[in-house]
Amino acid sequence: MSEKTILKVDSLVTAFDTEQGVIRAVEGVSFDVQAGRTLGIVGESGCGKSVTALSIMRLLPKPHGYIEKGKILFRDKDIAALPADQMHAIRGYGISMIFQEPMTALNPVHQIGRQIGEVFKLHFPDMADTEIWEKSVELLEKVGIPEPKGRMEEYPHQLSGGMRQRVMIAMALAGRPDILIADEPTTALDVTIQAQILELMMKLQRQTRMAIIFITHALGVIAEICDDVLVMYAGTVAEKAPVTELFKNPRHPYTLGLLSAIPRLDNEPKTRLTTIRGMVPSLYELPDGCRFQNRCPYAMAGCGIAPPPLRPINEDHWVSCYLY
Amino acid sequence: MDELLLDVKNLKMHFPVLGGIFRRPVGKVYAVDDVSFKIRTGETVGLVGESGCGKTTVGRSILRLYKPTAGKVVFDKKDLSHLSREELRDLRRDMQMIFQDPFESLNSRHTIGDIIEEPYIIHGIGTPVERKTHVKQLLHRVGLAARAMTRFPHEFSGGQRQRIGIARAIALNPKLIICDEPVSALDVSIQSQVLNLLLDLQREMGLAYLFIAHDLAVVKHISDRIAVMYLGKIVEYADADTLYTKPAHPYTSALISAIPVPDPEQKKKKQILVGDVPSPIHPPPGCVFHTRCPYVIDDCSKMTPDLGAAPGNSDDDHWVACIRAGEIDLG
Repeated sequence: MSEKTILKVDSLVTAFDTEQGVIRAVEGVSFDVQAGRTLGIVGESGCGKSVTALSIMRLLPKPHGYIEKGKILFRDKDIAALPADQMHAIRGYGISMIFQEPMTALNPVHQIGRQIGEVFKLHFPDMADTEIWEKSVELLEKVGIPEPKGRMEEYPHQLSGGMRQRVMIAMALAGRPDILIADEPTTALDVTIQAQILELMMKLQRQTRMAIIFITHALGVIAEICDDVLVMYAGTVAEKAPVTELFKNPRHPYTLGLLSAIPRLDNEPKTRLTTIRGMVPSLYELPDGCRFQNRCPYAMAGCGIAPPPLRPINEDHWVSCYLY
Repeated sequence: MDELLLDVKNLKMHFPVLGGIFRRPVGKVYAVDDVSFKIRTGETVGLVGESGCGKTTVGRSILRLYKPTAGKVVFDKKDLSHLSREELRDLRRDMQMIFQDPFESLNSRHTIGDIIEEPYIIHGIGTPVERKTHVKQLLHRVGLAARAMTRFPHEFSGGQRQRIGIARAIALNPKLIICDEPVSALDVSIQSQVLNLLLDLQREMGLAYLFIAHDLAVVKHISDRIAVMYLGKIVEYADADTLYTKPAHPYTSALISAIPVPDPEQKKKKQILVGDVPSPIHPPPGCVFHTRCPYVIDDCSKMTPDLGAAPGNSDDDHWVACIRAGEIDLG
């Protein structure tokens, strides 16, 4: 583990018991997270990006969801098997998380001030009420909420979507975490508000040196704010590389397909887009071997035999594909 | 190609805000406030803007799902303002709609065959056998297997359901389809499949689209002309390339700048708008964008800008509503 690595996920397998049998939403995912850097996890619905985040937070729906195998090393300690009470001390304090829809994560009947204060109370039980109040106002100011004192007494429904996400970020930062996991935090926001929130997150990262795991389906957002990227497909890692390398030199046929399927502003208008044929396979009916084979334009006979391992093609660019 | 198909003139749609114990109107939501634009046969006009800008309301008012407060909609040389129920039903043969979430617009208790056959039944077209043949052809046309006919909406993925919605919309050979965020709920790889399908159908059937979406990159990809809306008004109108290369309204320029570009080496200086969109119940006086505009001057809150020809506009097809359009440099 290198000096800056603060989180190391190693061969994570997360399973869910369902009526139709056990499904593995995440199967053999490994990556490192470094202090002060942003790791983007990108993929389409059902690729396992959110389940990976929930596994790290140990917030999988009980009792159906569980970590079946693998290690999650946070500051060299395996938190995959940590007892619930010890995990409590890490959540919010060491690792925080924000979600796509802040309205469902905020309590609608409590004032903003009280909800932020609660986080301080939890992490710093000795803090006096007046100090909690001051610190909360300070935090709201830090995340760019105008008139923070007045906002302390408002309720979530009185805030716009962008303001609510700012409040969520403030709450996530209250415990001064080393890692912030952001699960599609700007997907529900308008594009001009998204730009505000992304700028805020990058500013806060420069100030605090925290690591960010940014989960999104939007490659544009990845290109804009991430340092490293993990491309996921049907529960596995397809490709892993620093952001410039990934966009300049994409190797996995899925990454290539995704990149060419996005309509771009500088495209010739009204031209057909390159598509990826077919759909993601159901987790109940996964093929043997590579999970992308049924949609892959380069599929070969060997692709259906065993899953391709994630292998390096240069120092820090990894691909799981038999083409390389 | 250049024949005028739809002419929307000064369309207004104000919804009452009810309040108090007697639920009396206490105010108005100015959802659409004086919107005018035209669509020609076989072309696509994109309507882009952020949530609450009124783009969906424009689409629904054209189809007369709402009765507009004021203004005129002329479709295929007929003024839609005074049509009877029967006339409206005939009209909807030529003007169809597809929605963001096709699941909500497909009856979950009907088979796909029944759903797509329904337009033929309503309009009394064909015998049952002929209708079945039509349905099969339509399914094939949108890329679904004929066995889909006996299955139910929940058995399909989002992309497939959107294909079903499209099959139903094209069943009666319409002239115009109003597409309300048709791809925003879909994953990227599926989104491109549906966009391609829409482009192919347009070429084959000579369809015109009003394409409503919040994603400017998607709108620009499929549209000939684009209208940018903000708080119930069109602030800029131009052909797709001009809008992107020479935006004349500060909002359009900010919207383009805010779109994340999938190229990490193209990290441009972003122009980030401050604040939120104001409420359409109390739109700001003067220019509706002046509260967030980086180029605001005193006059902006006093004068309501009209949609006028953009500076340097050679082909009379670029319109902008900004009193400073000539002076500011958005390059």
